Amino acid sequence: MDNYINIALPKGRLGENAYNLLEEAGYACPEIKNPGRKLIFENSETRVRYFWVKPSDVSIYVEKQAADVGIVGLDILLESKPDIYELLNLGIGKCRMAIASKKGAHFPLDKTLRVATKFPNIAKNYYANLGRDIDIIKLNGSIELAPILGLSDVIVDIVETGKTLYANNLEVVEDIVTISARFVANKSSFKFKTKEIQKMTEKLSLLCDAKGEVQ
Amino acid sequence: MLSQIKDDKAKESGYIRLKAVRVQFTFAIPEDIMFQYKNSDFLTALYSLYEKTGYKKYKMSKFEEYSLYLDNKSFLSDGAIITFNDPDGKLLALKPDVTLSIAKNTSAGGKRSEKLYYTENVYRISDSSRQLKEIMQMGLEYIGEVDLYVLCEVIFLACMSLSEISESYTLDISHMGFVTGLLEGAGINEEKRRRILEAVSRKSSHEIEHICKKSGADAEYTEKIKSLCTLYGSFDTVLKKAKALVVNDKTADSLSELESIYNALSAFDNKFNLNLDFSVVNDMSYYNGIIFRGYIEGAASSVLSGGRYDNLMLRLGNNTGAIGFAINLDTVSMYAENDEEYDTDVLLLYSDSDSPAEVLSWVNSLVQSGTAVRAAKQNDGHIRCREVIEFEKRKNNG
Repeated sequence: MDNYINIALPKGRLGENAYNLLEEAGYACPEIKNPGRKLIFENSETRVRYFWVKPSDVSIYVEKQAADVGIVGLDILLESKPDIYELLNLGIGKCRMAIASKKGAHFPLDKTLRVATKFPNIAKNYYANLGRDIDIIKLNGSIELAPILGLSDVIVDIVETGKTLYANNLEVVEDIVTISARFVANKSSFKFKTKEIQKMTEKLSLLCDAKGEVQ
Repeated sequence: MLSQIKDDKAKESGYIRLKAVRVQFTFAIPEDIMFQYKNSDFLTALYSLYEKTGYKKYKMSKFEEYSLYLDNKSFLSDGAIITFNDPDGKLLALKPDVTLSIAKNTSAGGKRSEKLYYTENVYRISDSSRQLKEIMQMGLEYIGEVDLYVLCEVIFLACMSLSEISESYTLDISHMGFVTGLLEGAGINEEKRRRILEAVSRKSSHEIEHICKKSGADAEYTEKIKSLCTLYGSFDTVLKKAKALVVNDKTADSLSELESIYNALSAFDNKFNLNLDFSVVNDMSYYNGIIFRGYIEGAASSVLSGGRYDNLMLRLGNNTGAIGFAINLDTVSMYAENDEEYDTDVLLLYSDSDSPAEVLSWVNSLVQSGTAVRAAKQNDGHIRCREVIEFEKRKNNG
């Protein structure tokens, strides 16, 4: 093991924002801005090593210690419940997990509810707490199509602005939870790179507080 | 060359320093384990360590009545159980855990105590991949009246076991009494306590804040509960800070127990890497006293976990104390680099004209001298050895 901190970033806008935050906290790695064909980016001065992975895979990389720390949305954490430390709420990438259906639709309680979602565990837990019998339809994208085509009664999905829902004559029935990005760490890495990870957490925490983005 | 090998082997196995105690004991390492752990010196060392501290090997059947697990469902933190029917239609389980069986079957209680250790395969269905899994586990249990000495002994053995696997290890200790005492003090109800414990185990202080707010705990308590996540580090420094979190007798007693254990163990010459980490938590309906978790550098998850489970004994109707730990050998073996250079020390090449009796007597004497030997007619290029001996030539040279 070398003394680098391996950081898994989620591909996409959230990851870019997260990197900017880390850069501001003093963990810059200029190379990452002109990636070319490279997959891994190192900075030998600040001893950090970045790599981009699929957002839903960040928690796997961290849990299995391929990355020491990472940035991941609460939705992924709730869905896969990885055995990791959730050190900080970064307050970026804010959105909500919500239930939506066709406008004005009504669903009798004595019928099994058909739920289409990318997040079967979150949906299952939510309805189990209500004692509602549901049928889960696991989809991998274009969830909004499901109620329109009659594939499902409702959907459980991430809602940012609600514009897509509105454009398709859908509406939010209920919010399940507010989502934001979390700074997470592998448990074993935390034991053996304690100082480095604590320092990184502290710096990020100060930045987030300054920005007043944490609720 | 051969005598060199022999010396090295002797050095490795000469690890036990308790030479004065010469108790004759026997232990058999199951063959399938020896096979998987060619580099199994640490297993031998652990068996020997446990035997010499008075623990007896416990061997059990692979099956247990399913009802035992049904009654104690949340004792098993993760993984579903593999069940099947016996010929009479009774529902049985492939053992998902050893501690429950030991706790159920123990003859300890009252003045009588038992010290046991085991190596067993346990079976679970993985939560994430839904695969059937066979997990090799080694563990140690003490059942009977638990006093300060017993606590120290078990922590000592846990540290020794970890250091046998890797020099770079850490044993993180927490106390369920301290954590639950603090939550009781804050007046948080049972259901919310579980959720907070779960958040503590993820060091998720924002989640704790959220739950505390909902359950109406005051700001001072919320800060104290949140610091359960952030307090981490060597015993002496964290212990001082933890004193600020004492709110009632339960928290005070728990902390002083931790302090006594630490004082006893720090009197040793060899340093134990003990850390205090209140984010180590476990189900409070089974665990009550100290709990701990061991990590080794380079292994992604914890390799050792244990704690005091008087509450489980009570649930099983035995009013006695109990403490123990288990080592996940699969995690250890995944970590252990497979750097075996050789399949065997000596490759002994013989031909059809050699007398089998003579070859065998050579093999025997090499084995007796502590050298691994493989006899074969030719080297097909796949056998990696330190030395090749051609039987015929060597015999003629004497």
